[in-house]
Amino acid sequence: MDLSFLAIQALNGLSSASSLFITACGLTLVFGVTRIVNFAHGSLYMIGAYTAATLVPRLLELSFGPVTFWAGILASAIIVGLIGILIEVLLLRRIYGAPELFQLLATFGVVLVVQDLTILIFGPEDILGPRAPGLRAPVDILGRRFPSYELVLIAAGPIVLGLVWLLLRKTRFGVLVRAATQDREMIAALGVNQALLFTGTLFLGAFLAGLGGALQIPRVSAHAGMDLSIIAEAFVVTVVGGMGSVPGAFLAAIVIGQLQAFGILIFPKSTLVVVFLLMAVVLAVRPYGFFGRPEVIGGTHAVGIASRERSPFAVLAVLAVVGILAALPLIGDAYVLKVATEILIFALFAFSLQLLIGVGGLVSFGHAAFFGLGAYGAALAVKWLALPMEAALPTGLLLAALGAALVGAFVVRLSGIYLAMMTLAAAQIVFAVAFQWVDVTGGDNGIVGVWPSAWASGPTAYYLFALALTTAVVLLLMRIIDAPFGYALRAARDSAARAEAIGLNIRRHRWIAFILSGAAAGLAGGIYAFSRGSVDPTLLGIPTSVDALTMLLVGGIQTVTGPLVGAGVLHVLRDQIMPLTSLWRLVLGLSIIAIVLIFPRGIVGTLRAWQEERA
Amino acid sequence: MTKASTTRWLALGLALALSFPAAQAQQAPIKIGELNSYARWAAFTVPYRNGWQMALDEINAKGGVLGRQLEIVSRDDGATTGDATRVADELVTREGAALLFGSFQSNVGIAMADYANQKKILYIAAEPLTDAVTMAQGNRYTFRIRPSNYMQVGMLVDQAKASGAKRWAIVAPNYEYGQSAADVFKRLIKERVPGAEIVAEQYPALGKIEAGATVSALEQAKPDGIFNVLFGPDLTQFVREGNTRGLFEDATVLSLLTGEPEWLLPLKDEVPEGWTVTGYPWDEITDPKHKAFIDAYRAKFKETPRLGSLLGYMVVYMIRDTIERAGSVETEAMIKALEDAKFDTVVGPVTMRGIDNQSTMGAWIGKLVLKGANGGMTDWSYKDGASFMPTEASVKAVRKD
Repeated sequence: MDLSFLAIQALNGLSSASSLFITACGLTLVFGVTRIVNFAHGSLYMIGAYTAATLVPRLLELSFGPVTFWAGILASAIIVGLIGILIEVLLLRRIYGAPELFQLLATFGVVLVVQDLTILIFGPEDILGPRAPGLRAPVDILGRRFPSYELVLIAAGPIVLGLVWLLLRKTRFGVLVRAATQDREMIAALGVNQALLFTGTLFLGAFLAGLGGALQIPRVSAHAGMDLSIIAEAFVVTVVGGMGSVPGAFLAAIVIGQLQAFGILIFPKSTLVVVFLLMAVVLAVRPYGFFGRPEVIGGTHAVGIASRERSPFAVLAVLAVVGILAALPLIGDAYVLKVATEILIFALFAFSLQLLIGVGGLVSFGHAAFFGLGAYGAALAVKWLALPMEAALPTGLLLAALGAALVGAFVVRLSGIYLAMMTLAAAQIVFAVAFQWVDVTGGDNGIVGVWPSAWASGPTAYYLFALALTTAVVLLLMRIIDAPFGYALRAARDSAARAEAIGLNIRRHRWIAFILSGAAAGLAGGIYAFSRGSVDPTLLGIPTSVDALTMLLVGGIQTVTGPLVGAGVLHVLRDQIMPLTSLWRLVLGLSIIAIVLIFPRGIVGTLRAWQEERA
Repeated sequence: MTKASTTRWLALGLALALSFPAAQAQQAPIKIGELNSYARWAAFTVPYRNGWQMALDEINAKGGVLGRQLEIVSRDDGATTGDATRVADELVTREGAALLFGSFQSNVGIAMADYANQKKILYIAAEPLTDAVTMAQGNRYTFRIRPSNYMQVGMLVDQAKASGAKRWAIVAPNYEYGQSAADVFKRLIKERVPGAEIVAEQYPALGKIEAGATVSALEQAKPDGIFNVLFGPDLTQFVREGNTRGLFEDATVLSLLTGEPEWLLPLKDEVPEGWTVTGYPWDEITDPKHKAFIDAYRAKFKETPRLGSLLGYMVVYMIRDTIERAGSVETEAMIKALEDAKFDTVVGPVTMRGIDNQSTMGAWIGKLVLKGANGGMTDWSYKDGASFMPTEASVKAVRKD
């Protein structure tokens, strides 16, 4: 390995770092001011790339030259900035006061909407942009050729850093942004026009995302799927750098760029996991990243289920529902039973999340990790140990519980948005391991041949099996919620300081809640694996976590039965709508946004509110 | 809005009422299930859908099969194993599909083969190329039309002999298809080219290549031959970086699938000339039957055919022949009608070898060249698959059935 090669590889890393920084810088600025973790930031990046890849060639036809090219890039970024304003005015402005969970979900709704709109507007094919005029030829560095455009990119990172620094230090807008990042309430009290400040910040953030995307077009073709891959990396950069810190993001981007460039030499098959491992290590040592600061205590607003007296008919109602469900095989055909089985599985999954969010006030954004661990645990037991289903399911549950114990041990030290980001990081690490540890997990292939034992293999038998397990676990969890342990969790959720003052060990309670919840999600994952016959890394992906959150939200986050109803409604809708339209992401995204804005209490919550109004 | 849709419903009801006697007189159509990655791999699958739609229209215009119309119920397989088997289950249990065909990614193909085996339903893997579909994971319910990795890599390696390249580098997407192709290449190059060695290997995650770093890592090993398995967005980025950095200048490059228009067209004028590839030189095909298909396709869809178009068209005709010969849509009868059956297709006669359920469809081998603003193939020939198939002994050694 000679020096010139190392130099070239370092330059490769720097140019990736620059692009990543420009995008992540926007994310961290927006978070600093608005405290919203904007999932749609990756979508803005994607729009930037698509717009530039479409716009720049047209401009170049008019007049070919470097000026046109760069003007086109800038114009694309400005267009994205305007879209950012649109998102702020229409959506974000209405949810600044909402709990983090609702904010995260609303911006994820935007992600779904943009995915379908992008394909509608720009078509399904990847678009490769033109090369930059004047920068087509490579330059010679230590006897090796290096693309000159990459050198421009390397310079672009520090230039953007410098400009943003000037903006933040030397303008009134910058002073306000910094002030808001430090204490939002205080600058509101001082009479600053917050609406204008927030809109301006969103424009800046979206502009940077668009610029990051537009600058990619000579090296990467614009394609659907850019959004989620960049947002995961941008999250890593902002979290490692410290949320809200621009220099932190710059440093983190450089570290990650170098890690990727040299990582592929040492581990050519595990490029993804390296990045998330870095994040885990950094967060374990410095819980708030390189330059982040601890969150203001009391800055979070948890919502969750309230304590209420149980209705005297509750036992009868449970018996009736279980009885009706058990009678379903008498009327339903094989397909109905399949859908019903899946609803049961998702109900259990969503319910396990309710224990964390609704009861404990711990917003887990990576619950798919435990669902997937359960599924993979079961599948690995079948594949490597040749265990039957009866033994594989507990194995999956155990693996999920162990995973939850490990993740929980790190996570319970945090709260609010840092907690959510840490769970997301954990889920992404598990995802990366499943995706790239091909020898054990099968990578993208997943593991096939995970079929139930003979006695449970028919649709009816498997449905009843799933029903029995789900009912038992849900009832057990309901009992736990009503037990002193559940009350202690609620106390910690509503006021950590007071709970601690009366002698509750908050961290230990939360840690146990994590393990219980992870184990239940793992069981759901295991049942799911056997109902499908295979597992694959998507079970661990961000969309799976979002699924569980959406079910919770649709059903109603302040009720015990909400997630169960939400799982049923969402899955039936999806099953009916997906074959009808290819635009189901658009439909789902808009529904999520509508629920966040109009029915934050969900179906069960709204029904109950009506009932109480009448009474 | 409400009014319009009410009217539409009434019209629909009326149409149904009127057509009911007619529908009863005819037999219900034969339903077959199709699933593919229409969102994730639109570049290949949309032309493929055009292809099967065209064949379907032609067949039904001529009276269908067994006196019944043919109906294809098509779904997106989500490009993941879990979604694909879920959709397959829906096609079989809700739609009552008599057989399944389709899927693009090799990992999805393996999951579908496993599903077919478990549910005892016929599955025709049109595209997935990994050897496993017909070898280690093969089963009597799963049949494949396209030449497998073993066959296509075999054709390429034969071309490599003449080049004299000995120091080979491999770049392949890190999932079933890429891993399978790389394994076959390593085996065959050592068997057929004495003294050949592998000096570098890069396996970027599918759709997530860091092209600059990958190219310089390959360059570092100073290979005189490169074997490429990348396709889609990964390929575009790899070629652009490789061209800029001169990676391909002194190397013999063998590349799977790059000559197929679906992957070649996005490269525009940056086609790496001189690569030896498998592909589809539709513009230079003169065989009358094949030419007629190409002309009809261009007239119907106002675009040039991709390899996917040809494949979709062929598969539906082969399915028609199968059902006709089986005389029913019973799975066992159709399997019997497929095994060792000869089909007369657009590309010539194709046999479905019974021992591994692999068809003898071949591939076009040639060199990439720039034709005007886009790339194409030159100096090409069609290699029949029959002479490149794995030996019967090697099939028997790995298949479990």
